[in-house]
Amino acid sequence: MSHDPHPSSSVARGIDPRGPRVGAGITALLLAVTLLLGTSQAALWLLTFIALSFLLGALRGAQGTWQGWVFKTLVQPRLGPTAEREDPRPPRFAQGVGFVITGVGVLLGFTVSLVAVPVAAALALVAAVLNAAFGLCLGCEMYLLIRRFAPAR
Amino acid sequence: MVWRIVVLVVVLAASVLLGLWWQRRQGVVRAARPAAEDGAVDWAALGIVLGEHRTFVQFSSEFCSPCRHTARVLDEVVAARTDVTHREMDVDEHHDLVRTFGILRTPTVLVLDPSGREVARMSGSVNRTQAVEALDVPAGSVA
Repeated sequence: MSHDPHPSSSVARGIDPRGPRVGAGITALLLAVTLLLGTSQAALWLLTFIALSFLLGALRGAQGTWQGWVFKTLVQPRLGPTAEREDPRPPRFAQGVGFVITGVGVLLGFTVSLVAVPVAAALALVAAVLNAAFGLCLGCEMYLLIRRFAPAR
Repeated sequence: MVWRIVVLVVVLAASVLLGLWWQRRQGVVRAARPAAEDGAVDWAALGIVLGEHRTFVQFSSEFCSPCRHTARVLDEVVAARTDVTHREMDVDEHHDLVRTFGILRTPTVLVLDPSGREVARMSGSVNRTQAVEALDVPAGSVA
């Protein structure tokens, strides 16, 4: 796959970098509730909902999720505009990583044991907090490591 | 329920500690280990013109926001000098280099001397002060 590391068109069409971070904050809140619900059915259903939200983000980008919608309609108007723009691809990749983590938790929760639910929720919560509070995209940081295990795309 | 709250607090505390540790490591300049990969790379064949003083070779990936920021900073530093160059490489197109230099994350910036040897490297988002500091690392030194 070849691409220009500085795609000017996509930078021009870039997204507000605060969007994915606020979205991660909302997701972190839901994951914290999931963790508090322990190994219950309610926790499994909430994690399923979070996993589906991540799937939406992996398919449409972080700006295309319901969290992105909340940011656009409730948060952005209060923050005011920013000139800063971010390439939408890194946050979208992060959504995919989030989907894999929570998706495995849901799958194991339905088939093997409900213990998988708080474990997956805790892992995803760490990633979401790092994103929201520090602007660190854990999935992006791990991109090279992930590539090592899955060399062909 | 008490235990669940304890678990939640521990997970949140671990996240914050991890974040602070990560933040402190951003772009820190590290001098190269001597004789690590002695001029084994033919940079000219990769289309890289080595600067008279130093060359920044930045490894970036598509899914990397700090790479854009780092590229902007390095471009600014390079623009102010005639003896330094900057080149960005995509990790997906240079697997061999990624393996040779043991690059684990993006962005990682190698600082090369005029013979193409690694003098120092920085990983994570790089700021202007760190870029200038990296240019001052003498060749063949271990800090």
